[in-house]
Amino acid sequence: MAFSLSKYLFDRRWLFVALLIILVACPLFLSDFRLNLLGRFLAFAILVIGLDLLWGYTGVLSLGHGIFFGVGAYIMAIYLKLEATSGAVPDFMMWNGITELPWFWAMFENPVMAISFAILLPMLLAGTLGFFIFRNRIKDVYFTILTQALVIVTVTLIISKQEYTGGTNGITGFSTVFGQSLMAPSTQKSIYLITVLCLGLIFFLCYRLVHSRFGKTLIAIRDGENRLRFSGYDTSLFKVFVFALSAGIAGLAGMLFVLQVGMISPTTIGIVPSIEMILWVAIGGRGTLIGPVFGAITTNLAKTFFSENYPDIWLFFLGSIFVIVVLFLPGGFMSLFKKWRFKKKGGIIDETKSIEEAKRPAV
Amino acid sequence: MEGMIVQGFNGISLGSILLLIALGLAITFGLMKVINMAHGELIMIGAYATYVIQLLFKNHLPPEYFNWYFLLAIPFAFIVAALIGMLLEYTVIRHLYGRPLDSLLATFGVGLILQQTARSIFGAPNVGVEAPPFLRGGVEVMSVMLPYTRLFIIALVIVCFLSLFVYLYRTNGGRRIRAVMQNRDMATCLGISSRKVDSLTFAIGAGFAGIAGSALTLIGPIGPTIGQNYIIDAFMVVVVGGVGMLTGTVIGAMGIGLFNTVFEFWTNASMGKVLVFALIILFLQWRPEGLFSLRTRSLD
Repeated sequence: MAFSLSKYLFDRRWLFVALLIILVACPLFLSDFRLNLLGRFLAFAILVIGLDLLWGYTGVLSLGHGIFFGVGAYIMAIYLKLEATSGAVPDFMMWNGITELPWFWAMFENPVMAISFAILLPMLLAGTLGFFIFRNRIKDVYFTILTQALVIVTVTLIISKQEYTGGTNGITGFSTVFGQSLMAPSTQKSIYLITVLCLGLIFFLCYRLVHSRFGKTLIAIRDGENRLRFSGYDTSLFKVFVFALSAGIAGLAGMLFVLQVGMISPTTIGIVPSIEMILWVAIGGRGTLIGPVFGAITTNLAKTFFSENYPDIWLFFLGSIFVIVVLFLPGGFMSLFKKWRFKKKGGIIDETKSIEEAKRPAV
Repeated sequence: MEGMIVQGFNGISLGSILLLIALGLAITFGLMKVINMAHGELIMIGAYATYVIQLLFKNHLPPEYFNWYFLLAIPFAFIVAALIGMLLEYTVIRHLYGRPLDSLLATFGVGLILQQTARSIFGAPNVGVEAPPFLRGGVEVMSVMLPYTRLFIIALVIVCFLSLFVYLYRTNGGRRIRAVMQNRDMATCLGISSRKVDSLTFAIGAGFAGIAGSALTLIGPIGPTIGQNYIIDAFMVVVVGGVGMLTGTVIGAMGIGLFNTVFEFWTNASMGKVLVFALIILFLQWRPEGLFSLRTRSLD
């Protein structure tokens, strides 16, 4: 009996349903402040599902997801800002001598436009970039470096175009969303529930995706792209699609993030946050959709705890996690679960190898 | 005419700085296939090493010697960075050969630790390093002022590049490094200790980062995050130049430096960056492997 219980307990689907129930119940016992904090972490959890689809399943490491997150966040911020000023030119633009709303601001006054563009624009951006990069078989490391350059380019652009983007200060000063006061506890509670709903939905969709034929193709790309190409698949198309999809998910996450934080600035989307997102996936366990979700939530909880109590040693701590997880736990924490479950069944485990290690040619 | 000289000089000057930073990367990334994100922090270590030497000269030696501190600081920065690089190789990198993306993440963590260490030792604010007196001022060419510090950096890059070239292509040690990087198994069979070569190669790459840090003190103030400003540009240099080729690195660095200055002159600093990035993407459409690359027949 105990055996079948543990089987259900650690079946990832049930794990996720349990997590979802706990999350939905959270508003009942968490304070408003803590709930808001958790909501932000859930926005990150949505983002890492997309990232895991790209890295864990397809084997493409993007360090530029902060940008796609940022595009969604900035578009939502523009919408909120315009609602706060009721369509007038925002204060920071006036200080920079702009008297008329630029067109890429004016179009986001419409909430339908704003929400759809917050998801579509990152997809378009990633799709175009991915098309140019993957078409010529620019290899994994090169892709990673290029996405990192994209982050630098975008962040410098945002900072220098202060008159349109708010520069380093970013966009702040929102008051309402759809007529409801943004920071009121009741609004925040509904935004939190929407975030949980989105998380569940995205997880479900991605779960279906990776367990379909399509998902098998992605894993095949990760494990042996050349062989797949020789079998007649156009692997670059698959990669472009997954890259765009994960960028769209990141845009959605950014949108939900802004609603709960009430501001967006370049520091939230720069190099370090973009790499940290990868760490969340690595800690949880890449290639398992549920692992990264746990990774994002627990790492952020730890970050809040450590940076509140020991701001000086936080960087030491973060740096050490990077090194320890990569060196000693390439499969993330989910691999510990897996090992434990396997041992209970009496199986003998082959030493869990990381994906890259398995791919490594016999040198 | 004057404008062209200024632009050309600025381009070469920026290119030489990029080259100095990318030389170390051309070894660790190009030859060893390790994405060392802590390279920027090794640069920072070189910069702080120079700062320490300067403090020693200022506080403990008679002022007439101050002129020469920089000549001591460069080898000192090389040695300190190389030793720390060797330690890094022994503790972290050696487990990550053949896993480039993992090496990126782990070394990024190392970079964070090193940054915080520097912050704890030297404090968060930037510190200034005084350029040695013989590098103040400049030389006038056709009514254009060329600062001595920039000329010195260009000369330093040439010396570094030539010594690295001679070492890699004309000495037994360098041949051993190239042998291990090209075919590890065969090199090991022939009696080369690949562990020793790995460690030495990484130390050399780190040492060049230290020299780069030393040179950066001539340009501006130094702080814990000094390396991060240049590291991505340096990676782009290696990507454009082609992995594993010193010549490619030189052309990549000079090309990016020149285009960057020209674009900045036409538009502004941030648009210049955007244009350079777009140009690199377009360039990679034409040559996905970079300018020069070793041809292999290996497939997975």
